[in-house]
Amino acid sequence: MKYYDKLVFELSRPGRKGYELPADNYGNNALQSLPADLLRRDEAQLPEVSELDVVRHYTNLSMKNFGVDTGFYPLGSCTMKYNPKINEEVAADPAFTAIHPLQDAKSTQGALELYYNLQRALSEIAGLHEFTLNPYAGAHGELTGLMVMRAYHIANGDEKRTKVIVPDSAHGTNPASAMVAGLQVVEVKSKPNGSIDVEDLKPLLDDTVAGIMMTNPNTLGMFETEIMEIASLVHEAGGLLYYDGANLNPLLGKVRPGDMGFDIMHINLHKTFSTPHGGGGPGSGPVGVVEKLARFLPNPKVVKNADGSFGVSTGSESLGSVSTFFGNFGVMMRAYAYILTLGKENIRNVGPLATLNANYIKESLKDDYLLPIEGACKHEFVFDGLKDKSTGVTTLNVAKRLLDYGFHAPTIYFPLLFHESMMIEPTETESLETLDEFIEVMHKVAREARETPDAVKDAPLTTLVRKLDETGAAKNPVLTYRQYLAGESK
Amino acid sequence: MSKILDDLRYADSHEWVKLDGDIATVGITDYAQHALGSIVYVDMPEPGDEVTAGEEFGAVESVKAASDLISPVSGEVVEINSDLEDSPELVNEDAFANWIMKVKVSDPSEIDSLLDAAAYAGICEE
Repeated sequence: MKYYDKLVFELSRPGRKGYELPADNYGNNALQSLPADLLRRDEAQLPEVSELDVVRHYTNLSMKNFGVDTGFYPLGSCTMKYNPKINEEVAADPAFTAIHPLQDAKSTQGALELYYNLQRALSEIAGLHEFTLNPYAGAHGELTGLMVMRAYHIANGDEKRTKVIVPDSAHGTNPASAMVAGLQVVEVKSKPNGSIDVEDLKPLLDDTVAGIMMTNPNTLGMFETEIMEIASLVHEAGGLLYYDGANLNPLLGKVRPGDMGFDIMHINLHKTFSTPHGGGGPGSGPVGVVEKLARFLPNPKVVKNADGSFGVSTGSESLGSVSTFFGNFGVMMRAYAYILTLGKENIRNVGPLATLNANYIKESLKDDYLLPIEGACKHEFVFDGLKDKSTGVTTLNVAKRLLDYGFHAPTIYFPLLFHESMMIEPTETESLETLDEFIEVMHKVAREARETPDAVKDAPLTTLVRKLDETGAAKNPVLTYRQYLAGESK
Repeated sequence: MSKILDDLRYADSHEWVKLDGDIATVGITDYAQHALGSIVYVDMPEPGDEVTAGEEFGAVESVKAASDLISPVSGEVVEINSDLEDSPELVNEDAFANWIMKVKVSDPSEIDSLLDAAAYAGICEE
């Protein structure tokens, strides 16, 4: 069934069904009380299928998925680490799934305690005073963090501070979040190794600076060694430092953003703290701050009362609510399970092992792939395509060929600092055997590029859907089944 | 190796200019189209718009990335290459033949501060 490609609508046969509804004991009251213009006039176009049709359809579709559970997923900047199944077991507990945020706090003590404890654990790991877990994902965390930054300057009567400095190598979400938060973006240049150019930064630091957004390690996986100097320069100028937690994984339990001088940060629980993402589940972007900023964090907050019980509170100086209730609680349960499973000692091994794995792949492949920046990287690194460019085989071709060999492609064409970027992040959860298999396949693809370049340019050769027409897809997107049928009939 | 034409002037942001009287024809270089990959959309100004040297006048979107277009000259847009609306891939086919806009320049001497072919070739080597 490898080539299964049906839609559930194509399986539909009139009158076929796999369910039986109970008798209507309530006299259809809902239909009578709805306004006539809201009532459906035609039958809903739902597929009519048997239970067996449904089971086979979705089982076959699921076999076409690629995920961390099926293979190596070295997608740079995404931290596609394994999602331990104990997390799922914890998150599925009806003691948590069957409660509602509007229940009396007395009846939800366990959930509030979990929120509070996770908030404390993240504060300890980050070296910051307090976290909100309410934001839904990374970019939402950035927006929340920048709203805190803005609220702080306004509370100080310093409303002219509207400038946010963002490195030219930053993730695109950084300038986008700053714009949405009503701040102006100013770019600071990075040096060839992706680090911030301190000399380029200095002239930007005037009394209109709200803050600077950084990752450390930076987008090229290199540690910003001048971070302490940057922090004191920005603080002297009256600005705040924002840490984008996208690259937190190599530092986990080793280096704390708060100790590096950062005032605000977000954490991607769905990256660093092993919760599913990339189509596998929603994200969560907790935001942590230093003590002087805690009063601006969003409502509602979970507090521990003097008697040891937990309650919900709203702060009067808070920037307000950024989500419905407490954000994605199911994700928090998984992240908390992960932290407790590892414990204080084991969590310190995450960063070093992630770093070791990335460096092992980098050093093993730099004979065939162009490594623009020598030296030890952290959890990820960037190749600038194949070393031998004469064959015309591009990073896109290599990425597609990897699919034929059962590996997910790395992140490609990001960062924009190089033309043929290929960003590889193995994470700490992969075994030496898996890393060796990947290295062998990458060498094999480089060999194929030299010997049979045209075949590599046609890749993928064994997937259900072959090479996609990306230009055609961008120019004439087919986004619905109806559009697809309309195209077929032409 | 990317093509560079001798009789044009270049900006370090990879646009080319050809000045004919006070009309400047502007496009992106062969090096730029090659680096961008398959171009799927060119966002162009409208005739009558004012453009300023060193400032954005549009964007070009490829399967890899979207990049701002920076105007090498100041003046009023008098014509755009409407062929690119439906066929942006023409820029990939020949970046010098398929210009993007024509500008009636307000200060023809601006062009003197742009790079000549040899200097631009140096930038592409880096």
